[in-house]
Amino acid sequence: MLTIKDLRVNYGGIEAVKGISFTVPDKSIVTLIGANGAGKSTTLRSITGLVKASGGSIQFDGTELLGLETPEIVTRGITLVPEGRRVFPDMTVIENIRIGAYLRKDDLEPDIEWVYSLFPRLKERSWQLAGTLSGGEQQMLAVARALMSHPRLLMMDEPSLGLAPLIVQDIFSIIQEINKQGVTILLIEQNANMALRIADQGYVLETGRISLSGTGKELLADESVKAAYLGKKK
Amino acid sequence: MSFTTFLQQCLTGISLGGAYALIAIGYTLVYGILRLINFAHGDIFMMAGYFMIFAMASLPWFLAIPVTLLVTVLLGVSIERVAYRPLRSAPRMSVMISAIGVSYLLQNLATYLFTALPKGYPEIPFLKRIFQIGGLSASFVTFLTPVLTLVLVYLLILLINHTKIGMAMRAVSKDYETASLMGIKINKTISFTFAVGSLLAGIGSILYFTDRMTVFPFSGSLPGLKCFVAAVFGGIGSIPGAVIGGFILGLGETALVAMGQSTFSDAFTFILLIVMLLIRPTGLFGEKTTDKV
Ligand SMILES: Nc1ncnc2c1ncn2[C@@H]1O[C@H](COP(=O)(O)OP(=O)(O)O)[C@@H](O)[C@H]1O
Ligand SMILES: [Mg+2]
Repeated sequence: MLTIKDLRVNYGGIEAVKGISFTVPDKSIVTLIGANGAGKSTTLRSITGLVKASGGSIQFDGTELLGLETPEIVTRGITLVPEGRRVFPDMTVIENIRIGAYLRKDDLEPDIEWVYSLFPRLKERSWQLAGTLSGGEQQMLAVARALMSHPRLLMMDEPSLGLAPLIVQDIFSIIQEINKQGVTILLIEQNANMALRIADQGYVLETGRISLSGTGKELLADESVKAAYLGKKK
Repeated sequence: MSFTTFLQQCLTGISLGGAYALIAIGYTLVYGILRLINFAHGDIFMMAGYFMIFAMASLPWFLAIPVTLLVTVLLGVSIERVAYRPLRSAPRMSVMISAIGVSYLLQNLATYLFTALPKGYPEIPFLKRIFQIGGLSASFVTFLTPVLTLVLVYLLILLINHTKIGMAMRAVSKDYETASLMGIKINKTISFTFAVGSLLAGIGSILYFTDRMTVFPFSGSLPGLKCFVAAVFGGIGSIPGAVIGGFILGLGETALVAMGQSTFSDAFTFILLIVMLLIRPTGLFGEKTTDKV
């Protein structure tokens, strides 16, 4: 579904992504793991056109995305839950959910019901300002907002960051649930353990290059991954 | 001063305040979305004055008004397109300098095209009709201005809070990146914001100049500055703030003139600004954090 070839991204002369290639098959969960500063966010941001890639290609169902503006990429069925959630703090929960469907013109009510059934806590807080939600609730809202655009590919940038372990588990089981309902997932995590457990395919990113790849299980069992990302001794 | 004279002065003040409020909203809207003080806004208002003069020269008023408003909107949107959009990722100071440049450009262009001599503002018959309510007598425009201002403000608030484009404006003014991830086109939304601000400045211009009778190339400078102060006073970025600021300025200025202190009526504006900045730098309704994420 998504095929990335030799993607390069520069920030004013400093190459943050140095030619990476990977694919995200339809209906799968793929994860990119890596330390802080490895280039994970930059990769997702260039897929959505928020940063301009300096080379390579990003193909989505055969269409080249490189050079398209963000709204055009979103129109094609890709959405990003950004790092740090970035909900609109002065809007209510329901407004944040509705704005996720900004491009749609059909009836939103069934989908609002659907995301509320995935996140019942949001339903109770429908009229609360998003800025007053807890971190976990904001993350749920950011995911709910992204789902409202009916994405075929949902990308998430460190959804577990700064959340309590129990809430992280909730979020990960919902990610699996969303995937079961047919949405392809590209997940970025520092929390490699959780991410690899649910992933069909994983890639390890180190200073802008892919150093290792394999199925989630293979990477979980890999000694170097264990040492570097799972906090286990060799 | 008799009670009737007092009421008469209040009416004058509220009417002037209404026109100020309409212009002040333009400053606040643009600041809200671009974090830019659009120094050219007062000059858009001035140009709208000239547009009306030319429109009325060949058209009946009911056509001249929409034509003037349309051209004013086009001017405001084009300024953003040409002078601000290319600087979208430049430091804020560069955009501000560009705005000051556009302001001077419009003033000079007006001088060049229309000469520096004041031009008579056309009379729109129904606006100039004298009305009598109780002991008060004033032209229709004086009564109309504050009412129309409040109606427009109400419509604007509906637009911002209850329409899709209003939602887009709120999202863009908070966070460009996340807004574009929602599929919102940033440039389109900013253009729309300039269109709304210029439309209100155009309406304000018709109301204001109808009472003042002449337009010259610097007609926009002082009112522009005052309305900017009104917006800062109310808390720049806040629409109710701009409206209240506009009315306070209009009333205060008129009160000083009525007390025979017209020499100080302009100074009043700036004293108000200084006092507010000392007591409450964010203005009456300003956000606490003005910096963008
Ligand atoms: N806007 C930016 N300007 C300059 N450098 C940046 C910017 N964003 C990220 N970088 C740099 O690019 C590298 C990769 O960053 P990022 O993609 O955010 O990593 P990750 O998400 O894996 O932590 C880092 O060295 C970071 O400092
Ligand atoms: Mg990151």
